[in-house]
Amino acid sequence: MCLSIPSKVIQIDDANIATVDTMGVQRQVSLDLMPEAVDIGDYVLIHVGFAMNKIDQEDALESLKLYREMADLIDAEDANLRQVSS
Amino acid sequence: MSGLQLQDLYQGFREPQTIRVLAEKIRQASSSLKAPLHIMEVCGGHTHTIMKYGLNQILPDNIEFIHGPGCPVCIMPKERIDHAISLAQMENTILLTLGDMIRVPGSKSSLAKQRALGCDIRALNSPLDAIQIARENPDKQVVFFAIGFETTTPMTAAVIQKTIDSGLDNLYFHINHVLVPPAVEVILSDPACRIDALIGPSHVSVISGAKIYLPLAENYEMPVVVSGFEPVDVMQGILMIVEQVLEQRHEVEIQYTRAVSLEGNLKAQQLIDTYLQPRSHFRWRGLGDIAHSALQLKDEYRQLDAEVVFADRLSDEPIDDHKMCICGDILKGLAKPQDCKVFGRGCDPTRPLGSCMVSDEGACNAYYRYAEISLPPSTKQKRASA
Ligand code: SF4
Repeated sequence: MCLSIPSKVIQIDDANIATVDTMGVQRQVSLDLMPEAVDIGDYVLIHVGFAMNKIDQEDALESLKLYREMADLIDAEDANLRQVSS
Repeated sequence: MSGLQLQDLYQGFREPQTIRVLAEKIRQASSSLKAPLHIMEVCGGHTHTIMKYGLNQILPDNIEFIHGPGCPVCIMPKERIDHAISLAQMENTILLTLGDMIRVPGSKSSLAKQRALGCDIRALNSPLDAIQIARENPDKQVVFFAIGFETTTPMTAAVIQKTIDSGLDNLYFHINHVLVPPAVEVILSDPACRIDALIGPSHVSVISGAKIYLPLAENYEMPVVVSGFEPVDVMQGILMIVEQVLEQRHEVEIQYTRAVSLEGNLKAQQLIDTYLQPRSHFRWRGLGDIAHSALQLKDEYRQLDAEVVFADRLSDEPIDDHKMCICGDILKGLAKPQDCKVFGRGCDPTRPLGSCMVSDEGACNAYYRYAEISLPPSTKQKRASA
């Protein structure tokens, strides 16, 4: 019920309607609840036909980078362990 | 250019390797816990993620989930569903609501059954469609049965605003918007409550901001981590909770920083405040009557309020669940779905006896569909094909 889907703004139709792409599906959403200006290329969360906020791209990239580093670190540890035990 | 792809927002937060790494970190950290940790995920969306990705299976034994009340369809008391049915049965009426609500049984029937009997009942993809439907049917009365937590409330407020601005006089609102903090408070204040920490809802918090949990964290000395709905988000949220417990902190933290701030969406909050006000009380299915736990239209918009305009057709007589149902205890973490005598043996998603079985996000429903729980063979087959 409270699920919201990350989508990319591909067109601003008029002041309060945008077309967004959700993994290949295009739909129109209302921008009536957006507290800030929305641009083409922004990522937004969509809930029952409305954009509810922007997704912070820098923040998302930062998290993904962190996860990758964590995984690499563990892989390296595994490799070390294997070397030590062989 | 930042180089973020839309796909990263999905796949990146479902990566099995990352889930594995976080599970390992949680395992290491939780080995220092002095007592088992009971974490309530408040929101049904998190329950769904935990069961779907089997996160409860990969966590150490000293971390246990308690599934919270955060499913707006599950907590709707039968007398309110009966309201929707009574409204739909009026002459010349179109009743509108959002998806899940259609199937949920009231005391005698459901909206789905009434629709099959010829009532004009429509499930909307967006509350905004109500405007169009009311415009196209000027000779009918159109009632929007509005449901949802803080997440969905501003969308209803936006439709109320449009109704007023456009001068539509045939669209009415039956408001059932409920609030997360008062319900959680009821659960936490029960002396038998075993909950040690909360995973805060994702999209409720996008609107309301993480600030709404500050009193809970303070009064109950409880870590609250607002986390996203993807499995990686949930795992990182749990790690943050374990770290808080080990460091004896009880703070509101945000894991889901790509979408949630402390303040939330102020424009949406302002829109809600313009049209809606707290109700003196609201009865929650499974939890009972809770003061100031839901919203209603403000007095100056009474002419739009279906509960006022059609009051003579609506009864507020409380209607309780089946007496075997232990949803209340499940919500408080005192019992698991399989402790219920009728779980899967009389109560299942096609014939729910209680609130936690009625929608995808209820604890009993999620257990029924995803958990490996021993059930009689007949029910197991049914489950596999459901
Ligand atoms: S299995 Fe059904 S009756 Fe039992 S607690 Fe869950 S919803 Fe209630």
